[in-house]
Amino acid sequence: MLRTVAVKLALLVPVLFLVSVGTFVLLQLGPGDPAAQVLGNTGTPADYQRIRTEMGLDQPPVQRYLEWLGGVLRGDLGQNLVPPIENVSDRLLRAFPVNLQLAAMAIVLALLIAVPLAMWSAYRAGGLVDRWISAGTIGVISVPPFLVGLLLLLVFAIHLDWFPLGQWSRPSDDGLGQNLWHAFLPALTLALAEAPVFARLLRGDLVATLQEDFILAAKAKGMPGWHIMLREALRPSSFSLITLAGVSAGRLLGGTIIVEAVFVLPGVGNVIINAAQSNDYKLVQGGVLLIAVIYLLLNLTVDVLYGYLDPRIRRRHA
Amino acid sequence: MPEPSRTRRRRIDLAFWLSLGWLVVLTGCALLADLLPLGNADDTTQTIGIAGYARPDLFSANPLGTNGFGLDLLARSIYGARVSLLTVGCTVLVSLLIGGAVGMVAGYFRGWVDVVIGVFADAALVIPALVLLIAFAAVLGPPRTVPEAVLKSGLALAVVGIPTMIRLARANTLLFAQREFVTASRAMGARHTRILIRELLPNVALPLVSYAFIVAAVLIVAEGSLAFLGLGLQQPAPSWGNMIAEGGLRELRRHPHVPLIPGVFMFLTVFSLNIVGERARARWDPRDLQV
Repeated sequence: MLRTVAVKLALLVPVLFLVSVGTFVLLQLGPGDPAAQVLGNTGTPADYQRIRTEMGLDQPPVQRYLEWLGGVLRGDLGQNLVPPIENVSDRLLRAFPVNLQLAAMAIVLALLIAVPLAMWSAYRAGGLVDRWISAGTIGVISVPPFLVGLLLLLVFAIHLDWFPLGQWSRPSDDGLGQNLWHAFLPALTLALAEAPVFARLLRGDLVATLQEDFILAAKAKGMPGWHIMLREALRPSSFSLITLAGVSAGRLLGGTIIVEAVFVLPGVGNVIINAAQSNDYKLVQGGVLLIAVIYLLLNLTVDVLYGYLDPRIRRRHA
Repeated sequence: MPEPSRTRRRRIDLAFWLSLGWLVVLTGCALLADLLPLGNADDTTQTIGIAGYARPDLFSANPLGTNGFGLDLLARSIYGARVSLLTVGCTVLVSLLIGGAVGMVAGYFRGWVDVVIGVFADAALVIPALVLLIAFAAVLGPPRTVPEAVLKSGLALAVVGIPTMIRLARANTLLFAQREFVTASRAMGARHTRILIRELLPNVALPLVSYAFIVAAVLIVAEGSLAFLGLGLQQPAPSWGNMIAEGGLRELRRHPHVPLIPGVFMFLTVFSLNIVGERARARWDPRDLQV
């Protein structure tokens, strides 16, 4: 078990190195000149040179990369290039709670939608309900997320006027109630993309579990259907769902760009889009690295957790 | 997995043929768009005197209505299909060829080749696809013509498509590389290239092609997302993504048909690709087959 974790951790290092080099090189190739952007429309060539020196842009790329990497290892992502200038880590940390909240709410909502549907589906596998739900899941998967967001806005914000139209409210501004109310539709948009995948996975596992002897024993004892599904079948069927939910959480933490754009939310995705558009490569680099690290660490945690939850896996690795 | 009953099989076949039909019709329309009697798709100089936002009316000159500039939404959706299908088609083909070859090599030789390729593929896939696409699109700059859009968006999408195909090809090659016919071939003195091309490729190709449909569905959404964020083809040239983004929330309130019509086109296409891919996978995926 410990060895598996160690091997996975060791493989993380080259992956992260490639990610950082990749983003660095990519943004070096980009058009536009950050120094010219800082300078604006006025200023002399001497000012331009002074700004380039101040920003360190006159140094060779390898040196700039190494300096940046050295800072990263000490937890310092440096300062961004385009005003308002501040620490990259501060900017990202200010935006990150939005993603954290959206991801958490989306996973909870997705599970609330998926688990009952999967149980209903699996209860009579191949039946009418099962077929309609499985057709429905392919349908829902096929709606692009920005379209889901627009449709939800159209129905629930514009026509029914139940939810606000594309705003964000921090819990510190108007309290938690307002915050949850504003976050609901974006979280639901994310959840609707995850729920069908969750439901299909859990349905498959439930169908397999329901073939087992202990289910037959429970049926023979005369247990009611809901008891068999909830108390006997659900737990042993939920391992892969937990894994997937963990992986999804990692992806959602960085992958909410579309939802942030549709609903105009101040998250990390928003920071990255704006930074990419203004050639603020330090900010893009920091954002991409943050997202990649979180994703990798969450995957690792899920792998380890999975081993503890399912003894069969632990034995196989030992 | 329980075997699907006979009635279910017939039912899904209807969905399959409808999906295939939609894809064929859409591809045909996109290819022949210049010959079809379509309305004005992108020339705003000709519609300057026309009031925009015509409602959809099947028996008028603009069966699906017009946008704010009086441009015909049916024509725009079909020209948008051309951009989407061309970009994604090229990307999938390139990913299939490059990713398939690299993935087969990784799965066949194993060892350090596999580790190195795996690290590269992982590095490309740990970054959420859209972040990667945005970084690429920002570097390459927004495209203004259709060929430019196909090239630029295609390049960005390939960064996601190739590693995905590498993983799929590797996993499928692993399944076959251990089988007896490969061992037999090796025992008879076949060289690696021969085993890869004559023994493994015919077995790996079909599952990969069936996955390609599902990858295509994902890439169509990704291409649409890029355009939706304003990093794809620029207005007034139509693409599904930029049509959906057109006018933003204000447009959505007053003229919901403007974003919804390209949305329906996109949904039907992604749905069809998913259904066709699903059927193909059920038929050809070696993991579902009893050996």
